Amino acid sequence: MPVDRVDGPAKVTGAARYTAEIVLPDLAYATIVGATIPSGRIRRIDTGRALAAGGVLAVLTHEDLPRVAEPPHLLPSLVGAAAPGESFFPMQDDAVHYAGQPVAVVVADSLERAQHAASLVRVDYARTPAVTTLDEGRDSAYEPPTLFGGLMPARMSRGDVDAGLADADVRVDVSYHFAANHHNAIETSATTADWDGDRLTLYDSTMGIRATQLTVAHLLGLHVSDVRVVTHFVGGGFGSKAMTWPHVTLAAMAARQVGRPVRLALTRPQAFTSTGHREEQEQAMSLGAKRDGTLIALRHHKLSLASPFDDWAEPATATTTQVYACPNTEGVHRLVTGNTMTPTFTRGPGESVGVFVLETAMDQLAYELGVDPVELRLRCHAETDPRGNPWSSDGLAECLRVAASSFGWARRDPRPRMRREGDWLIGTGMAAAAYPVAFIMPTQRARARIYAGGDAVVQTGTQEFGTGVTTVMTQVAADGLGLPMEAVRFEAGDTDLPNTSAAVGSSGAMMVSAAVHNAATALRDQLVAMAVADSGSPLHGAEPSDVEVHDGRMRLRSRPEVGETYGEVMGRHHLEDAEALGSWTPPPPDTPHGLLTFGAQFAEVAVDPEFGLVRVRRLGGAFAPGRVLNPKTARSQLIGGMLWGMGQALLEGNRMDPRQGRWSATSLGDYLVPVNADAPDVTIDLIEVDDEVVGPLGAKGVGEIGQVGVAAAIANAVFHATGRRIRELPMTAELVMDPP
Amino acid sequence: MRPLSYARPHDAATAVAMVERDPAAAFLAGGTTEVDLLRIGVHRHDLLVDINELPYREVEELPGGGLRLGALSRMSDVARDDRVMARYPAVSQALLLGASEQLRNMATIGGNLCQRVRCGYFRDGISPCNKRHPGTGCAAIDGINRGHAVLGTSPHCIATHPSDLAVALVALDALVHVIGPGGSRAIAIDDFFVLPGDAPQREHPLAQGELIVAVDLPGEVIAARSTYVKVRDRQSYEFALVSVAAALTVSEGVVRDVRLALGGVGTKPWRARIAEAELMDAPATRESYERAAAAELSGADVRRYNAFKVPLAERTIARVLERAS
Ligand SMILES: Cc1cc2nc3c(=O)[nH]c(=O)nc-3n(C[C@H](O)[C@H](O)[C@H](O)COP(=O)(O)OP(=O)(O)OC[C@H]3O[C@@H](n4cnc5c(N)ncnc54)[C@H](O)[C@@H]3O)c2cc1C
Ligand code: SF4
Repeated sequence: MPVDRVDGPAKVTGAARYTAEIVLPDLAYATIVGATIPSGRIRRIDTGRALAAGGVLAVLTHEDLPRVAEPPHLLPSLVGAAAPGESFFPMQDDAVHYAGQPVAVVVADSLERAQHAASLVRVDYARTPAVTTLDEGRDSAYEPPTLFGGLMPARMSRGDVDAGLADADVRVDVSYHFAANHHNAIETSATTADWDGDRLTLYDSTMGIRATQLTVAHLLGLHVSDVRVVTHFVGGGFGSKAMTWPHVTLAAMAARQVGRPVRLALTRPQAFTSTGHREEQEQAMSLGAKRDGTLIALRHHKLSLASPFDDWAEPATATTTQVYACPNTEGVHRLVTGNTMTPTFTRGPGESVGVFVLETAMDQLAYELGVDPVELRLRCHAETDPRGNPWSSDGLAECLRVAASSFGWARRDPRPRMRREGDWLIGTGMAAAAYPVAFIMPTQRARARIYAGGDAVVQTGTQEFGTGVTTVMTQVAADGLGLPMEAVRFEAGDTDLPNTSAAVGSSGAMMVSAAVHNAATALRDQLVAMAVADSGSPLHGAEPSDVEVHDGRMRLRSRPEVGETYGEVMGRHHLEDAEALGSWTPPPPDTPHGLLTFGAQFAEVAVDPEFGLVRVRRLGGAFAPGRVLNPKTARSQLIGGMLWGMGQALLEGNRMDPRQGRWSATSLGDYLVPVNADAPDVTIDLIEVDDEVVGPLGAKGVGEIGQVGVAAAIANAVFHATGRRIRELPMTAELVMDPP
Repeated sequence: MRPLSYARPHDAATAVAMVERDPAAAFLAGGTTEVDLLRIGVHRHDLLVDINELPYREVEELPGGGLRLGALSRMSDVARDDRVMARYPAVSQALLLGASEQLRNMATIGGNLCQRVRCGYFRDGISPCNKRHPGTGCAAIDGINRGHAVLGTSPHCIATHPSDLAVALVALDALVHVIGPGGSRAIAIDDFFVLPGDAPQREHPLAQGELIVAVDLPGEVIAARSTYVKVRDRQSYEFALVSVAAALTVSEGVVRDVRLALGGVGTKPWRARIAEAELMDAPATRESYERAAAAELSGADVRRYNAFKVPLAERTIARVLERAS
C-alpha cells in the first residue's frame, strides 16, 4: 500500500531531533584535530595555547588518551558483531597513516570555543613518503587472499577464461578509471556520549545502533549491557554510517575524561576523512562471445587503493559473473596499500561500479554484434546462478521489457551521433541492474504488545535513516496484527529493544520486516488461540487457521459476522495487555538459490559536444524487489538511487593531491553532487515477483538496486549521442567534449 | 571560529574610520564570503564592522541614462530590477546564474566584487599559498588545478577570479565608487581588479578602510543587447568553468561595436580586448568569431588539469557571438 511517511510531519516541522540536536544538561563539545600529513610521526604536540583558550575543558592527544581495551578488527556490520570501519584506532601512538587521522581531541563548553581551540593546537610532524594514488603504488599492487574482513574471496574463477576468449568470435576489452567517491549524507556523523558511572549512553547517527553498541563496548572493555545506543533520526547514511568509526569511541573517551556529556559532530571537511569513502579504482573487463551473442568468457579485474590496515575493496566481481550465463569467468581484486583510511561501503557497494563496467561492455558487445542491447541482455541472462541453483526470484526479463516499453525504446535508431536538437546531440542508453541479497546477518528480533483497548506497540532496534523504515514497519505490524495503522505505534532506535542488524546491503526491509511480521503474527496467533479455546468466545472450537483478523476483530473467514475483538477475549481473561516476540533467521549463506535483485535502467541524455556537457533528460527504471511493502517509500528510495547514479556518472569524484596526500575537495562546493536543476524526469515501474526464500514477506529491498546500472545507462546514452566512449567516471566536460 | 569583535555603525564616516585604524578589521556586508572564510580560518579579522545600517541599498537612475547600484543592494534585488533586466540583461543574467537564491538574498553588489578566490589550496588554510601567506609558494601550479585560470596568471598565483557579476560589469565598463579616509574616488572596473603578478595577496586597489558605495553602469545602447552565458558542470549552484559576457552591434554583415569579457579563465574578470580589436569592422561570421577567440586565448598558460578551458572558452565565445549577432 502506498502510505505516507509516519515521520513526515516531525521532519518537515523540525520536531524530529537528530543526533547533533540532542540536548543534555551540562553538555560539552568535542572537536577532532586531524593530521595534515598522510604519513609520518608526530614529533611534538603543543597544546598549551589551546588549553589556555576560553572554555576549554581538555585537550587529549596520544600522550594522554587511554589505550583501547582490544584492537579493532574490521568486520561488516551486517554480520552483527563489533564493526569497526577500520582495523585501526587513532591516538594510540605517534604514528600517522592518513591525512585527517585524529591526532587530538579538544573539548570545550561550546562548539565554537572547541573549534577555535582546535585551531590553536600545533602539531610538529616528521613526514615520511606516502602513497595516496593508484599511480604512485601501481608497481606494488598485490592480490590479497580475501576481502571484506575475510568474508569474501579476492579471486573467483570458473572454467578457463583464456581458452574461452581464444574461442570467441567477438571480443570486447574495456578498462576504466574511477575517481574516489564520498557519501556526503546531509547530516554529518555525530555522537553524543553520556556516562552514568560505568554505564554509557550514546546518541549516534548510525545505520546500526547494535554495531555501535558492540564496537564501543569492545574497544572500551565494557559489558555490552552497560552500553546503550539511541538513534531516532539519521540524516542519510549511504554507507558512511554502516560501520562504527573512531570518532564514536573518541566521543565516549572524551566524555569520560571531562566528566560531562560530550557531543562530537564531524564538520563537513572532516566527513571526507572520517567515515570511509569509495576508493579510487580501475576496472578492466574482457568479454568473449559467439556471433549469436552467447557469452563464453568474462574476465573482470579490479585494482583498488586500500589502507595500511585492511585488505578492503568493494567486491565488484561476484554479481558481474552471475547475471549472464557464461561458462568461463574470472574475477580478481588487487590492492595497492595507500595512505588513506580504510575505504568503505558506498551505496551499491561493488555493484555500483562493477555493473557499470559489465553493462558498458555489454553495450559495446551489442554494437559489435549488431544486436539490440535489450535483446542481448535477454539472450544472455542466466536462468540459474553459476552453481546451477534457481534464482530465489528473478524478474530481469520482465524489468527489461517493461522498462523498455515505458521508455519507448522500440523506436530507437541504434546508430550513434544521428540526432541533434540545436546545440545538443541526443542519445539513449540502457543497462541491466543486479544487486545481491546477502544472508550474513544473525537472527533478527522484534516484540509486539497489544493493549486491551486495541492499540499496539511494536518494537525493534532498527533506526530510521530516511529510508521510510518506520513507516513500512508500522504497516507490516498493522497487517500482521490485523489492526488499522493508526492503532499501531512502531518504536525503534534503541539497543534496549529487541535487536536487529545494521540496515545495510539493502537488507533492512527484508530482515526487519521479517522479524516484525513474525512478532505481530505470533501475537495474533496467541490471541486467536486464546479465543478458540475459550468457551465464552463466539469463536470457541474454531480451527485457528479458519480465523482472520480485521480491524482488531477476530472472525471466521467463512462467516465474518461470527467473531469478537482482541479486547473482548482479553477482558474475559483479565488481561490488560498481551505480548509476543518474533524472530527471523536467514537461510544459510549456501542456501540452494541464486540471490540477486534485478532491475533495468534506461536513460536519455543531451550532450553538447562542443562544451562537453551532459544533461540527463529522462531516466526510466523497472525493478523486481520481490514484494513491495510500500510503493510510495519504495519509489522514493529508487528515485533517490537513480539520481545518485546520475551523480556518479557525471559529477562525483575526488582527487588526491599526491604531493600533500590530501583530498582536493572537502566541501560540497568542490565535491559536486547533482542539484534539483539537474534532476530529470524519472519514471519507475515496480515488478512484483514471488520470493519464498528471502523471508516471510518475500521482500528483497530497494535501497541500492535503484543506484546500480544508472551510470552505465547514461554512459551508453552518451556513446549513442556522440559516438564516443568515455573511460572515466565522472564524465566531466573535458572528457566528453569533442577534441579540438 | 576565532573570537572577534563586532560593530554596527550608523554612518559611513564611522565605519570607514573603524576599519582604517585597525589593520585586522574588515567590513561585513552579506557575510557570505566573509563569515565563510572566518569560519574556515582563512580570514583572521579581529573586528567586523557591519555596514548594513548604511544607506547604499538602492538602484538609482543616473543622468545620461545609466544606473547606480548601491553597494549594499542585494544580488537578488538587482537581478530582478526591471531597469537592470531591460537595459543591462547581462548583469541580471550573471547575477541569477551565481550562487543560490538564499545566498543572493544575502549577498551584496559590493561584497560580490570583493569575494575571494575558490582555489582549494587557498581555502584549506594549510597548503603553500602566496595569496593567503605571501612567499609560501603556490600549491596549485603543479597541483589539482582544473578550476584555475589560463589568462593573467603569474608564477605566483593562478587562481581564477570567481565572480560572475564582475564579468558582466567589466564588459560594460562599470565604474566603482569608493569613499575612504582621504575622501572619495571612482575606479574604472577594469582597474578595480588587479593581476596577481608577484603580489597575489592584493586583489583590488582599495586601501584599508576604503568602502565601496556604488557601482555605476554607464548608459550605453549596446548594453541592452548584452548577454551572459555560463558553462558549468552542473546546472545550478556552481562557479563557471567558462563564462562569457558579450554585446555586439552588427550592421550590413559587419561588426560595428563589441564588448566581450570572460569568466572562469582569468585571474581577473577578463576583458577580451584582443578579441574585441580583431572583431571591430570584421565580417560578422563564425570564422571571425573563432579567429578572435583564438587570438584572445593565444596567450593562455595551461596546466595539467585546465588545458580544456582553452578550447572551451574559444567555443563559448564563438557561439555566444554568433547568437548575439
Ligand atoms: C556556496 C557559494 C556559492 C557561490 N557561488 C557564486 C557564483 O556562482 N557566482 C558568483 O559570482 N558568486 C558566488 N558566490 C559568492 C557570492 O556571490 C559572494 O560571497 C557574495 O557576493 C559576497 O557578498 P557579501 O555581501 O556576502 O560579502 P561579505 O561576505 O560581507 O564581504 C566579502 C568581502 O568584501 C568586503 N566588503 C563587503 N562589502 C564591501 C564594501 N561595500 N566595500 C568594501 N569592502 C566590502 C568584506 O570586508 C569582505 O572581505 C558564492 C558564494 C558561496 C558561499
Ligand atoms: S593559485 Fe593562488 S590562491 Fe591558489 S594556491 Fe596558488 S597562490 Fe594560492
